Amino acid sequence: MSRSRWLVVIAFAAVLAVGVAACGSSSNESTGSGGGEVSGEIAGAGSTAQQAAQEAWIAEFENENSGATISYDPVGSGGGREQFIAGGVAYAGSDAALSTEESELEKAEKRCKGGELIEVPDYISPIAIIYNLPGVEELKLDPETLAKIFAQEITSWNDPAIAKDNPGVELPSTRITPVNRSDESGTTQNFTEYLSEVVPSVWKFEVSGDWPVKGGEAASGTSGVVEAVSAGEGAIGYADASQAGELSIAKIKVGSEWAEPTAEAAAKIVEESPLDKELSPSKNTIAFKLDRKTESQGTYPIVLVSYFIACSKYGSASEAEAVKAYAEYVVSPEGQELAAEQAGSAPLSAALTKKVTPAVEAIEAG
Amino acid sequence: MASVDTTTNAGQLLAAASGGRRRRGDRIFSRTAVVSAVTILALLAGVAIFLLSEGFPALTASASELPHDKTFVDYVAPLAFGTVLAAALAALVAVPLAVAVALFITHVAPPRIALTLGYLVDLLAAIPSIIYGLWGIFVLGPAAVPVLKWLEEHLGWVPFFQGPASATGRTMLVAGLVLAVMILPIVSAVAREAFAQTPRRLQEGAQALGATRWEMIRMTVLPFGKSSVISGAMLGLGRALGETMAVTIILSVSGAVTFNLISQANPSTIAANIALNFPESSGLAINALIATGLVLFAITLVTNMGARAIIARSNQE
Repeated sequence: MSRSRWLVVIAFAAVLAVGVAACGSSSNESTGSGGGEVSGEIAGAGSTAQQAAQEAWIAEFENENSGATISYDPVGSGGGREQFIAGGVAYAGSDAALSTEESELEKAEKRCKGGELIEVPDYISPIAIIYNLPGVEELKLDPETLAKIFAQEITSWNDPAIAKDNPGVELPSTRITPVNRSDESGTTQNFTEYLSEVVPSVWKFEVSGDWPVKGGEAASGTSGVVEAVSAGEGAIGYADASQAGELSIAKIKVGSEWAEPTAEAAAKIVEESPLDKELSPSKNTIAFKLDRKTESQGTYPIVLVSYFIACSKYGSASEAEAVKAYAEYVVSPEGQELAAEQAGSAPLSAALTKKVTPAVEAIEAG
Repeated sequence: MASVDTTTNAGQLLAAASGGRRRRGDRIFSRTAVVSAVTILALLAGVAIFLLSEGFPALTASASELPHDKTFVDYVAPLAFGTVLAAALAALVAVPLAVAVALFITHVAPPRIALTLGYLVDLLAAIPSIIYGLWGIFVLGPAAVPVLKWLEEHLGWVPFFQGPASATGRTMLVAGLVLAVMILPIVSAVAREAFAQTPRRLQEGAQALGATRWEMIRMTVLPFGKSSVISGAMLGLGRALGETMAVTIILSVSGAVTFNLISQANPSTIAANIALNFPESSGLAINALIATGLVLFAITLVTNMGARAIIARSNQE
């Protein structure tokens, strides 16, 4: 009896040992293949939208540079900016550029004392309008109709305003259930920004990360919205395009075209948008004023643009070196491709990469 | 009280038996007990001080500084309403059910079934609240949709079922039901213990006088267990008031103050609101959230004090 028990223990220990050995050898291999040029430990914090992308970047970057340790705390955009300004983290991810409100931008510049503030877009994600209406596979909505649906002015699917853009589609009389985020989010911020800029006559609500209209169906997180739309017949919601899954995606009118939330269309609108002069005081701060009213062909105006915020100088050389290498990796085509794969974002276009790269190269390593 | 008396008696007996060692043992025991009691008080005071000091800036801020340009009272009132509504709904469903389950286990079911059932009910308490939340949105919510539609059509004249019925089932009614399931084991465990301790001679006396089983339960078991049922209900209510994860996931919140239980527009609860908005908040918005936590703390305190008062009065009778 006791002997067989011992055998089990020994066998278990052996399996464990083999497992540990296997782990050890695999990590050795990765250090062997990675260049391991950069070392240093840096911490970042901010946007939850960037979380999946940051995790992918960090894993890949640490794999390449075995000496580097990078962490990203998804505390939210506001928290990330706050921590960056307070000097708690080396870099921040934010769904909004540093604003002049409460002299945030000024404080951030001060935080980088002796150096310059660096702010570049590193994560672009198209926001899809998802809906659940059995039998209706294609749906076209112009911005005004879209705004009226989310303002709860249009309440049934066979409303003439919807029907006029969808000739030949048999729309049921199902009640419309507009679904919004119940938690505060950059996705909501960008969606309400779009509505209020493009159709201010209909969208009289405030622009906010916290959904401003009462009485709609609310769900927490992107996954919550997707789940609520999937569950509710007649539901319509907004979510990161990569998370839409099996749900149908509405086409939105841009100029005279019907646009879909593709990666190219999302990158294109950012590329065509002018810089926000006030928020981009130096050549290394690149904050866009998104031209959501664009009529340009092949663009999709409902996008979320998230920024990477850092300094050009740091207290220690190894910290600066690590931030520089990491930032360069994040905006590089490889980094952007990885985020597109892992997080479903839209990679920065070639023109954007060209604009952004010199800014992160301005970080002075060593 | 009873347990303390027995401990003292046992201590005296032990002391008499083992001479010199008793003093040290007693000293260690009394000190540990005092330290534990003080720790509890200190913890409670610490939490209260934290809530007060962190919430204070929001309490004194003007409406224009706070998120949504609302005064703090306007901000917290719908949340407090939602919190109390959800918890009351849960208690309303759970308490009668829990009492019935406890009676079944202690006085109706054959011992073997009673034991298994008691174990299973206790197991409900071990399920993490996030699992309840997921069950709520994936199973109970969708399953409730036809019921909600029926309620709207047939009982639409009752304010609670005014509609329009939600298309996803993520309503106050469903959230309340899930909370009811969550607090059921606590309430029923407390009630069960009390019912089981009803003196045998009372029960036998009642039956000897010709009482049926139900009359016996009504005349002996229920009065005996009354104060325990109340305190169990309050424990459950406390959990329902503070329950965060399940409500956060299930409830479709839009800040409306309404008794309508079946529509997509529901008031949020304090705990769920904190969980939903904390990650993206900064500055004064965080103070405002903590201040709502203070309000929740106060609501729980008042509920518990109310329960104590009720128990004290029913004990006097």
